[in-house]
Amino acid sequence: MGTDAFPTGVLGRFEGPNTVGSGTRFWAALAVTVVALLAYPSVVGPFAAGQLTRYLVSAFLALSLAFVWGYAGILSFGQNAFYGLSGYAFAVVVGNLASPLGTTVGVGVAILFGALSALVLGYFMFYGGVRDVYVTITTLVVTIVLNTYGKTASQVFVGSVNLGGDTGVGIGEITLGAGPATYTLVQPATYYVIVAVLLATYLGLRALVNSDFGRVMVAIREDEDRAEMLGYDVKFRKLVVFTIGGGIAGLGGVTYMAWGYSITPEVVFSAAAAAYPVVWVSVGGRKTLSGPIVAAVAIEWLRTTASVQFPEFAKIGVGVLMIASILLLPDGVVPGLRGASRYFDRHGLADGSRLAIDRARRAVGRRVGGPIAVDESSEVVQE
Amino acid sequence: MVNGLNLAFQYLQGFSVLVLAAVGLAIIFGIMGVINLAHGEFIMVGAYATVFGYHDLGLPLVASMALAVGVTAAFGMVVERLLIKRTYGRLFDSMVVTLGLSLVLSQGMLVLRGTSEPSVPTPFGTISYGAFSQSVYRVALALAAVAVLVGVYWLFTRTEYGIRARATIQDEGTARALGVRTERVYSTTFAIGSALAGLAGALLAPIVSVTPTMGGTYLVKSFVVVVVGGPSVVLGTGLSGGLLGAVDAVVTNVYGQTAGSIVLLVVTVVVIRFFQDGVTGFTDRVRDRLAREGT
Repeated sequence: MGTDAFPTGVLGRFEGPNTVGSGTRFWAALAVTVVALLAYPSVVGPFAAGQLTRYLVSAFLALSLAFVWGYAGILSFGQNAFYGLSGYAFAVVVGNLASPLGTTVGVGVAILFGALSALVLGYFMFYGGVRDVYVTITTLVVTIVLNTYGKTASQVFVGSVNLGGDTGVGIGEITLGAGPATYTLVQPATYYVIVAVLLATYLGLRALVNSDFGRVMVAIREDEDRAEMLGYDVKFRKLVVFTIGGGIAGLGGVTYMAWGYSITPEVVFSAAAAAYPVVWVSVGGRKTLSGPIVAAVAIEWLRTTASVQFPEFAKIGVGVLMIASILLLPDGVVPGLRGASRYFDRHGLADGSRLAIDRARRAVGRRVGGPIAVDESSEVVQE
Repeated sequence: MVNGLNLAFQYLQGFSVLVLAAVGLAIIFGIMGVINLAHGEFIMVGAYATVFGYHDLGLPLVASMALAVGVTAAFGMVVERLLIKRTYGRLFDSMVVTLGLSLVLSQGMLVLRGTSEPSVPTPFGTISYGAFSQSVYRVALALAAVAVLVGVYWLFTRTEYGIRARATIQDEGTARALGVRTERVYSTTFAIGSALAGLAGALLAPIVSVTPTMGGTYLVKSFVVVVVGGPSVVLGTGLSGGLLGAVDAVVTNVYGQTAGSIVLLVVTVVVIRFFQDGVTGFTDRVRDRLAREGT
């Protein structure tokens, strides 16, 4: 990151070594993107805006996983579970307190419920000394068990709301406010609200990961034991990170309900649903925040388009994308592009391409039939 | 008394399903440190191969099961060569890759063969007592599970491959320097683990409904067993299969299937909260303490 400008001024709070993009060019690009997003519904009409709303909802999940996995090294297959739990919680609160005030309270309750679920699960995992891969497994198992439970819970009532089994829960129109001052959220207003909340979440996370807290997160990701030796309470920090991640996923769950008014176990708790955020984040680049957002929107758009054309093959496509992104672009597309642009800046286009091809040829040769090192240390020397 | 017998049969089946599903995963995780999230789908492939052999090829049941083991072993070898090998030492990446593989496999099978398969007959008939009758196959399944554990124990303690494999777990660098081709150990291990998953699928095919999405259930079961079992493959899988099988049988009998899997999860979380290395981590500590007191 040596070439990044030293962060200064008000915007400096949002810049630092832990995020991609800084300086006037980046902020100008972000402003253009936001303006384009705000203009989108008037250009393409409400239907397309509704579609984009759903892709933007996915971006919350992507951000939550990027934060937890990319910055603190906790690979969780449970983010969509928190997302789903919040969605259900919102439906339950709204169904029981059928009033604008109830709905407004429901937003807060649902987000807190996502964070609280993450807190409880995280407490048992981190304070139980559950280590890296076991965390991943536990989160996946929790998701799958929630799926099994959700699908059979067809006659389970929470207050007056039936959880509905396979068919899930639905809610009516979302009317916020209290007393006489109420507002009914419909498209395209929902779209604008979600864009605004997403932008705020993104900027908030940028500030957080570039703060001292974020630096400690990265330290934990890079070497947990060393961070602990330096005096940081790693368990506590991980729990805080995981809880915040659950809260962001919960926020996503509420926006999902605001978009679609209904939720089913298949959509939020299935193994495929658990896999999607991991795909977005690993394709977009897990050590960035903008990459996962872009990847979530792009991949969800692709997947939805593909599942209209070839309904059976869309899931296979996601699986293949998952495998290919890890094998070919382990750091993701956004860091890959940045690396490429720096590389060509340094070497020029013609020389750079020749060097890159040579290097790729050597790398492939080594992988297929090259010499095999005796142990890890000599591999380090080779590089 | 009669209900007690029912419970006993339920227990035998619960135990055998857990052990059979988990042992392949335990071997691959124990030796290679790779978590195969497509393990459930490997079991699914084994079950499909059995159905395919029995109905489409018209083979006898035993031959279909052998075919299933062969098919999954070969499939595992290909997967290891193409995918797993490239993610050695990158644990999270191997999990993402294998989860991707599981999506491809379950959805691919759905496209190839549709949502359900014809059933395979349950061999050995039934025995009756009072108003109930139970399939003898449940007993056979439990015997098979024990036989698999004994076989794995023999494989790792009495064969050339077992010694190389244990040397590789203990210190990969030294094993390599002493001439063990650890890459070959890894690919053999992955093939053996896959073959055991295939065997699980083959043995379970007569008693479960074979569907493309059956993998998820077994993934949960096998992870739970491996996590609770801890580092020792044979003892851990046997003990935690025995323990969790009992929990599963009682809860499933009283409250139904879903409650069974939820309670399994809760038990697992509690166990890792108090015994971080699972049951065998605990038994190892007890053994060490006894040994210290003895000397």
